[in-house]
Amino acid sequence: MKRVITILFTVLICFLLQTTIFQALALADVVPNLLLIVTVAFGYMRGEKEGIFVGLFCGLLIDCVFGDIIGICSLIYMVVGYLNGLCNKLYYSEHITVTVTLVALSDLIYNFFYYIIEFLFRNRLNFFFYLRRIIIPELVYTVLISILLYKLLHTINNLLEQSEQKEA
Amino acid sequence: MRRRTKITINPKYLLILCSILCVGLIIISYRYKEKVAPVKTLAEEIVAPMQKGINHVGLWIADKKEIFTSMQTLIGENKKLKEELDNISYENKILKQEKYELEDLRELYELDKKYASYPKVAARVISKDSNNWYNQFCIDKGSKDGISKNMNVLAGDGLVGIVTEVGSNWSKVRTIIDDQSNVSGMSLKSSDICNVKGNLELIDKGLIEIELVDKAADIKEGDEIVTSHISDKFLQGILIGYVKSIDVDASNTTKSGYLTPAVSFDSLDTVLVITELKKELPKEAINY
Repeated sequence: MKRVITILFTVLICFLLQTTIFQALALADVVPNLLLIVTVAFGYMRGEKEGIFVGLFCGLLIDCVFGDIIGICSLIYMVVGYLNGLCNKLYYSEHITVTVTLVALSDLIYNFFYYIIEFLFRNRLNFFFYLRRIIIPELVYTVLISILLYKLLHTINNLLEQSEQKEA
Repeated sequence: MRRRTKITINPKYLLILCSILCVGLIIISYRYKEKVAPVKTLAEEIVAPMQKGINHVGLWIADKKEIFTSMQTLIGENKKLKEELDNISYENKILKQEKYELEDLRELYELDKKYASYPKVAARVISKDSNNWYNQFCIDKGSKDGISKNMNVLAGDGLVGIVTEVGSNWSKVRTIIDDQSNVSGMSLKSSDICNVKGNLELIDKGLIEIELVDKAADIKEGDEIVTSHISDKFLQGILIGYVKSIDVDASNTTKSGYLTPAVSFDSLDTVLVITELKKELPKEAINY
């Protein structure tokens, strides 16, 4: 229960930061995808199931507030969460390189599918423009932020695991 | 601590289950857009006050910073502005005289006021779209302040966009530079109709597309494009921007080109919403 509430709060805070403060701190006109970092981090640290749930919640939040059609972001985030959950087998400690790689790959997957669903279907074919203008800058910015944010999420997760062990 | 017996589901099945859920949601929200709206409204209603709060703090800090850094420049500027004011107030007097003259002449010609002033509500931008693909933002005024769907949004004297969703204390605005935006425009000089379309590829250059201009139309570089009289959502005569370039299409029947918007979209923080909707045609009048 404690875990659920903590994660809900983490996601909500990241969402608020992403839509307000980071819009003001945008570099090269892009905003880092904090929610993706949260999804990746929890998927990686805790496994498939938690990845799916965190991803689903992040996606639904975005869909409900900004999306036109509910479910698109949820689906992509959820799949990203699941795929990172599969990497949970690699997880043993605070290994930043693996996380950074995962965040980069996830961001690429997320934006690629988002491009296909929302842009390619509307006959916007200039993929390389979008790659250069949005996908790559967002990837770099997200990776940079993830180095800091992952440390924080990792600490939160450790605290949660400790308190869970005490109760058990 | 009570222990519940844990039900273990294979994550693969969970993934499939949730995927079906998502696809279901996509289909439902696509088919029944109107019915899903309350759910979305609820989510935004919860988030909007928090976003507003964060923005208040941010603006407060920015204000304080500004006071310290800009004191000196402001003093200098103040002096210059005072001198300018003297000049301008003199010019203003002349202009006023000319305005009276113009009004008299208009009365003579029995011209209606073509571009009446619309009632407006000012609103603050509280959040922007969370991903980088679209150009939408939320403002802190909603149905309580008399805003409803399809109202036009301005900043300065140029068109910013249109209200697409409304909650009690927030509403969502889609800008004209958004990739999905389409506005019917016309040339102020020659009243030639055209279509103004946002395009993500042009945002960095600060331009929007203009297309479907008749080949014979008399639109030149630097012409003002305003919202047209045939648009069903945009009120007539709001400035969209200035023509940057225009050329004949490959099809040799229409012209298309680029437009510089009248509004600077980088630094929007307050906008004006026109609380008057374009009169809709009665349903019977539209024959498909």
